[in-house]
Amino acid sequence: MWDYVKLILLGLVAVLAAIGADWGHDLAYKVHAALIMVIAAAMFIWQVRQLDTAPSTADTSGYMDGVIRAGVIATGFWGVVGFLVGVVIAFQLAFPALNFDWGQPFTNFGRLRPLHTSAVIFAFGGNALIMSSFYIVQRTCGARLWGGNLAWFVFWGYQLFIVLAATGYVLGATQSKEYAEPEWYVDIWLTIVWVAFLAVYLGTIFRRQEKHIYVANWFLLSFIITVAMLHIVNNLSIPVSLLGSKSVQVFSGVQDAMTQWWYGHNAVGFFLTAGFLGMMYYFVPKQAERPVYSYKLSIIHFWALIFLYIWAGPHHLHYTALPDWASTLGMVFSIILWMPSWGGMINGLMTLQGAWDKLRTDPIIRMMVISLAFYGMSTFEGPMMSIRAVNSLSHYTDWTIGHVHSGALGWNGMITFGALYFLTPRLWGRAQMYSMKAIDWHFWLATIGIVLYAASMWVTGIMEGLMWREVDAQGFLVNSFADTVSAKFPMYVVRGLGGVLYLAGGVIMVWNMWMTIRGGKPVAVTTPTPQAA
Amino acid sequence: MADKDIDQVTGTDTTGHEWDGIKELNNPLPRWWLWTFYGTVAWGLVYTVAFPAWPLVNSATAGLLGYSTRAEVAEQIAAVDAQNAQVAGRLATADLATLAPDDPAHRYGVAGGASVFASHCSQCHGSGAAGAKGYPNLLDDDWLWGGDLEAIEYTVRHGIRNEVDADARWSEMPAFGEILEDAEIAATVEYVLQLSGQDHDAGLAGQGAVLFEEQCSACHGEAGEGIRDLGAPRLSDAIWLYGGDRETLTQTITYSRFGVMPPWGARLDEDEIKAVTLYLHQLGGGE
Repeated sequence: MWDYVKLILLGLVAVLAAIGADWGHDLAYKVHAALIMVIAAAMFIWQVRQLDTAPSTADTSGYMDGVIRAGVIATGFWGVVGFLVGVVIAFQLAFPALNFDWGQPFTNFGRLRPLHTSAVIFAFGGNALIMSSFYIVQRTCGARLWGGNLAWFVFWGYQLFIVLAATGYVLGATQSKEYAEPEWYVDIWLTIVWVAFLAVYLGTIFRRQEKHIYVANWFLLSFIITVAMLHIVNNLSIPVSLLGSKSVQVFSGVQDAMTQWWYGHNAVGFFLTAGFLGMMYYFVPKQAERPVYSYKLSIIHFWALIFLYIWAGPHHLHYTALPDWASTLGMVFSIILWMPSWGGMINGLMTLQGAWDKLRTDPIIRMMVISLAFYGMSTFEGPMMSIRAVNSLSHYTDWTIGHVHSGALGWNGMITFGALYFLTPRLWGRAQMYSMKAIDWHFWLATIGIVLYAASMWVTGIMEGLMWREVDAQGFLVNSFADTVSAKFPMYVVRGLGGVLYLAGGVIMVWNMWMTIRGGKPVAVTTPTPQAA
Repeated sequence: MADKDIDQVTGTDTTGHEWDGIKELNNPLPRWWLWTFYGTVAWGLVYTVAFPAWPLVNSATAGLLGYSTRAEVAEQIAAVDAQNAQVAGRLATADLATLAPDDPAHRYGVAGGASVFASHCSQCHGSGAAGAKGYPNLLDDDWLWGGDLEAIEYTVRHGIRNEVDADARWSEMPAFGEILEDAEIAATVEYVLQLSGQDHDAGLAGQGAVLFEEQCSACHGEAGEGIRDLGAPRLSDAIWLYGGDRETLTQTITYSRFGVMPPWGARLDEDEIKAVTLYLHQLGGGE
């Protein structure tokens, strides 16, 4: 019965997608419809061929690690893709000829830039968060993932979201909201996938063996719930046609700007901070084999962080049409957020109490520690840049780009690398990574790459901010915009080289993962037996 | 919890929970962390009393200091305007032709004009005013519409071939692809190459001379010397707006060109128009 419902649904989707591919109003929509048609048709055929076979009797008693193995591979893959596009657009800014006349409009910086940001944040970061939250929630609850194959739906549904978003940008479908570029139907799809993600996660939490919920799970749950809320509100829009990708935002003017930056800032707060703190709270104590430093600190900084972060968005809109009161509140909440952010860094670093010697011998711990160091640095820099007077210099300059990358490359990237190095040998039954030496290389390439990136962007950012505001004795502006662009050229090359180093580190990691996986085989892990209460 | 679970390394007790081997120490909040946090909260409260912050039903608290970003900008602009009022007023009403170079208004105009140029003109004409393909070089003495103060001011004020300003400078070269045969255009190109002293096919140029006489000389002059009233460029020199090679000339004659410049009269103040005129005039080619 259920099989036939599935067949009817898949057939229906394939037919509707075929109609969409034919009648669609724009290229991106047609390509997406054709893609969905192919996927639905393939699943239909596969389903028909499964009808006669007996239902599989796979063992579902232990942890569900297959989906995590897939997530580990996807994280490595999208990481390298995202870094590569980043390197390309970095050099496009230094050498505009690399936009390639023959490739217009597809190879234009304007289309590749969201491809880079989405690939690193949502494809690399998102896969890292999904796979590690599936891993962490099972381990810390002592329970198998809830919902059977729903976890696989989350994984593949999320990959489809990534492909639809990425191809959409290149083909010209965007709602022009930073970090929320995908158009309406991609947004709806992501909402479905995300609700499934929440269901799997919560279902597993409900099955937990330990009464108390571990701190990593608070952070991961707040990440999943808040991102759902942010995503839905910021993407409220009305499609121009059901057969086209274009949609119109429900909010307009400064309300739209405020909604966008409420979303944008909390994408940083709940996706890149809370979610990754969840990873940190599991992988750092596991790798260091030490208890978490302070339960009290984790509980206080968790609640302070999630309460304060949500108000900080207006600092992206200082000196705009946004009323002064909102701008002040955004700035004040950002500064109060400083210590709650640092709570995570303190708890992470102090967890190494009694295990500092491992820094000398364990490159994975070193990666996690530098990640926390960059987290601390960028969560100090952020509140500082939110101060109105500082922002009047830093806003719209490369300083912002440098700030974002010291957080993204340093904090998110390094903690994810650490998690991948932790998980890969365990998931494929190896004692350790294929090459520890290669992890060392990765560590130094990535660290030097970040330093080059951040330092060059500080220099150009502060320089162009000062050049923009430079006036002579009579109050006349001294520089034209083009003057600032040409002055930045050398630092743009340095930034590009920093990116190359970081990418090289990523390639080494993927090679190392490949060699580790090749020599191992998937292991089945049983859940712990419930203890008598 | 029956017995306290003490961590052997640090001697601190734990909370007694364990997840997948992870325990938690029962350490207190670091003092410096807590007091810094309290400090930022206290500062935040004071700051929100001093500055506009808390939303009310129909408005928001204005703050004790009466601060406003818009008022701050307006004050800064007013201060600069007040400082320059006298000299700017003098420049706005001055007759540029008789304004002596050592007059403070002249010096003010050249300095201010450079800034106006950097903000509004450099996007097309380049930050050094050397121009680009389709955008004239303003450093030389080859002027399309005239290079004296009056002509420059008129061009800045009204622009060229725009449909915004009724007094914009206007002329339109026909697309000869619809008028002449390809062979005739090729011959005309050879003659223009000859006019500008470049390598050319003498035979074809002879035919081209007749065509030039008939089709082009009304605007570009008998000898290709150009006519400024029509904005028709001089063809008998080495300076080209779109390019003087065979391929570009063929393109230009076949499809024509239509360079547009916006009028700045509505967007710049009177003293700014005067200022940028003085600046352009003293760049090297002013007449």
